[in-house]
Amino acid sequence: MSTKDKARRLKFEIFRYNPQDENSEPHMDVFEIDETPFMTLFIALNQIREKHDSGLQFDFACRSAICGSCGMMVNGRPALACRTLTTDLPEKIQLYPLPTFKLIGDLSVDTGTWFREMAEKTEAWIHERLPFDPEATEERMNDDIAAAIYEGDRCIECGCCVASCGLANVDSDFLAGAGLNRVARFMMDPRDSRTDADWFEVVAGEQGAFACIGLMACADVCPKELPLLDVYAYLRRKALSAAFADDQK
Amino acid sequence: MMQKLLTTDVLVIGGGLAGERCAIEAAMAGQEAMILSLVPPRRSHSCAAQGGMQAALANCAKAEGDSTTVHFLDTVRGSDWGADQEVANIFAEEAVVAVRELAHFGVPWTRVKGGKNHYFIKGEDVDIDEALEKDGLITHRDFGGTAKWRACYAAAGTGHSALYAIDSEVVRLGITVRDRTEAVALIHDGTRCVGAVVRDLRNGSHFTVMAKATVIATGGYGRIYGQYTSNATINEGTGASIALDTGIVPLGNMEAVQFHPTTVVPAGILVTEGCRGDGGYLLDNEMKRFMVEAEPEKQELASRDVVSRHMVQRIRDGYGVESPYGPHLWLDIRHLGEEHLRTKLLEVWDICRDFVGINPAEELIPVRPTQHYSMGGVRVNKDGQAYGLAGLFAVGEAACWDMHGFNRLGGNSLSETIVTGRIVGRRVAEFVAGTELRADTGCAFDALAAAEKKAADWLARSGAGPSVYEIRDAMGETMMHKVGIFRTGEELSEAVAEIGQLLDDCDNAVLRCKDPGINPELGFALRLKGMLRLAMTVARGAQARTESRGAHFRTDFPLRNDRDWLSRTLVRWGADEDSPSFSYEPTGIIDLPPGHRGYGSDDRIEMAETLEHHNASVLDEQTGHGRLPSTEEMGSRLKRGAWKALSG
Repeated sequence: MSTKDKARRLKFEIFRYNPQDENSEPHMDVFEIDETPFMTLFIALNQIREKHDSGLQFDFACRSAICGSCGMMVNGRPALACRTLTTDLPEKIQLYPLPTFKLIGDLSVDTGTWFREMAEKTEAWIHERLPFDPEATEERMNDDIAAAIYEGDRCIECGCCVASCGLANVDSDFLAGAGLNRVARFMMDPRDSRTDADWFEVVAGEQGAFACIGLMACADVCPKELPLLDVYAYLRRKALSAAFADDQK
Repeated sequence: MMQKLLTTDVLVIGGGLAGERCAIEAAMAGQEAMILSLVPPRRSHSCAAQGGMQAALANCAKAEGDSTTVHFLDTVRGSDWGADQEVANIFAEEAVVAVRELAHFGVPWTRVKGGKNHYFIKGEDVDIDEALEKDGLITHRDFGGTAKWRACYAAAGTGHSALYAIDSEVVRLGITVRDRTEAVALIHDGTRCVGAVVRDLRNGSHFTVMAKATVIATGGYGRIYGQYTSNATINEGTGASIALDTGIVPLGNMEAVQFHPTTVVPAGILVTEGCRGDGGYLLDNEMKRFMVEAEPEKQELASRDVVSRHMVQRIRDGYGVESPYGPHLWLDIRHLGEEHLRTKLLEVWDICRDFVGINPAEELIPVRPTQHYSMGGVRVNKDGQAYGLAGLFAVGEAACWDMHGFNRLGGNSLSETIVTGRIVGRRVAEFVAGTELRADTGCAFDALAAAEKKAADWLARSGAGPSVYEIRDAMGETMMHKVGIFRTGEELSEAVAEIGQLLDDCDNAVLRCKDPGINPELGFALRLKGMLRLAMTVARGAQARTESRGAHFRTDFPLRNDRDWLSRTLVRWGADEDSPSFSYEPTGIIDLPPGHRGYGSDDRIEMAETLEHHNASVLDEQTGHGRLPSTEEMGSRLKRGAWKALSG
């Protein structure tokens, strides 16, 4: 909460473009509102829509930083709007939609299609060893392995890492942090029948871990603080060991 | 241009856990399924379920002696005898399979660690030896209102992991998902539902989907409480609303609304019951654990309705902590330690940091009860088949199946989504296999034209009417303050009048934005009347029910009344009718006789008729209220008297 006596007047510059309106041109609109304690961009943007411009498009669902709907560029940096407190920002706040995703309108982008395609491309599901037996007791798993898989499972597919990625911005096929993290999550899962060799094409291919140019903005902007550097290292190690194993055959 | 008419075998409205699991079942039966979702399905509100999923696997030491029968007992007691007991039993038995199936689909459940484990139980710091032969099986944490530790969990992201696992199966099976779409009307001929009219939220256009079977899986209606809800912004009850519009399908127990004890102040975001399950305390402004005196047996882990009432009463008695956002109480999880908080309760750690700006290992969390769950919904039989309209089904929170009665136990909703998705999905597949698509496109195009006209009418209105957002805010204030945790006849009458006024205001409201395309204000305006109508069914239902049961508490009628109100409220309200009509059906065949829940008050008005007499007429009465036949006969899955062996 701001301890200042006088509330700040926040000046929002927001990217506007409605592709459904033939008269619409991309431009910036400016809105001024008074800052209130605990104000997040969720609160601010709804206030702007409800009091100033009810056509403003943006996406929120959970408004608690778990659903991944509200990624946007906040003063040049990808972030989840719902958990961004205005007190952490200067008075002038510039908002753009995330790049790398198709624009729906204003701050709203189509992350759903990107992530579905990524899931299809990497076959991001458990490749089962045997069909489910409803009568059987569950397969055992060491709790430490469960915890490690959970760590990889925590990605909320907000797209901030994709938008921040130098490579994804020029190569729309690059799997980026979220895609490669998902690959790693299934690779480490003992329930998945795929071997390191099966994964080789995905991990070592042109869109995989070796394509990354190492800027690692993904790790800096990830709102879940996923250890993406470790993920890349893990994938490269796995790919290399699969390649060497192949050589020795 | 988009096609205006699509067809599929199974149309699932809603891409959360229940809807997706249902679609998987249909797809596995070789049928074509299409899922409509307001958001990409992984952003559905199922992802917000934190602490656990109840299933009686009985794997850890504190779960010893648990069974599906104990789970059944806890669920019926939790429901304050409002549940359909056969459904509660089906649920308890199938929950075990549901949790294991999710493990198969990839959920990284927390596992038993054989050997010495450290826990906090009722304020005590204890060491318990977990059996080495259980090592690696799915473990449990304690939750409210349960006799045993039963909640299976993946840190505090259980719903997230479950949703990602289920959606992965949807992708694997190649099921069509149309995200950013909203069903705005059902297509039906008075006896049979054949699909829905849909608004495309990418461009604002409408289209129709004709289907052999239609499944409503849209979640709850918490947003009728405005800002006073833990629910996502998308939980506006759209599925219940379009069912109500038919005038044929009744909604059940709309007045049964759950308030969760611990949402953080002021953000209104929930922190899991697992905080208390893992040993957290509630404290008042004198740092006293008031729940120990209020509920000596269960303490902080009585059912949610009971804990929420004690909290609000504590605040009313002057023991609340004052803040600029009104009084609150404290949740104390400091003693659980940073390591536990940053692993088993990681999502709680994040919420405290991001939205309250505190470190919960060192500081107290400001909390108070907020609207959380909708026990009411589209009334269905045990197969998930809606009353009155063949081919229409409902699952999950959107449905009133009805295993929760007047209070849902924590962790039971997550299990319900998978259990009901599996069971209802199978019934949907059977229904589809035995039917043809009725290609009466006339009725589909009529419904499409009506939906397009509705949108055009909103855009055509001009003048100085109220804004849709002002009406929404007024609805939220009325609902929280007059149809909230403690209810009185006087306040409910005021609420009914106020919502009536807001319905009139809605007819005069004017849009500020006339932009073509998505137009978010128009999108909300198109939902607003439906939300007000749902609010009215909640307020009128609460006004009529002159007793206290579960989450429905009338200070002017504080006793549960099994003589007059051991019943389920049904409400029908066609879109063109002035007012809703209420009727009451028996809750179902009763096996466990009404009694004390084990927490809360033990005073009640006893049932006057015998159980035999009551049970003899249940089928006829429910059929009279619109229940369609189930595949198996009523009562076939009730394990009559199984509970007797437990309670001695």
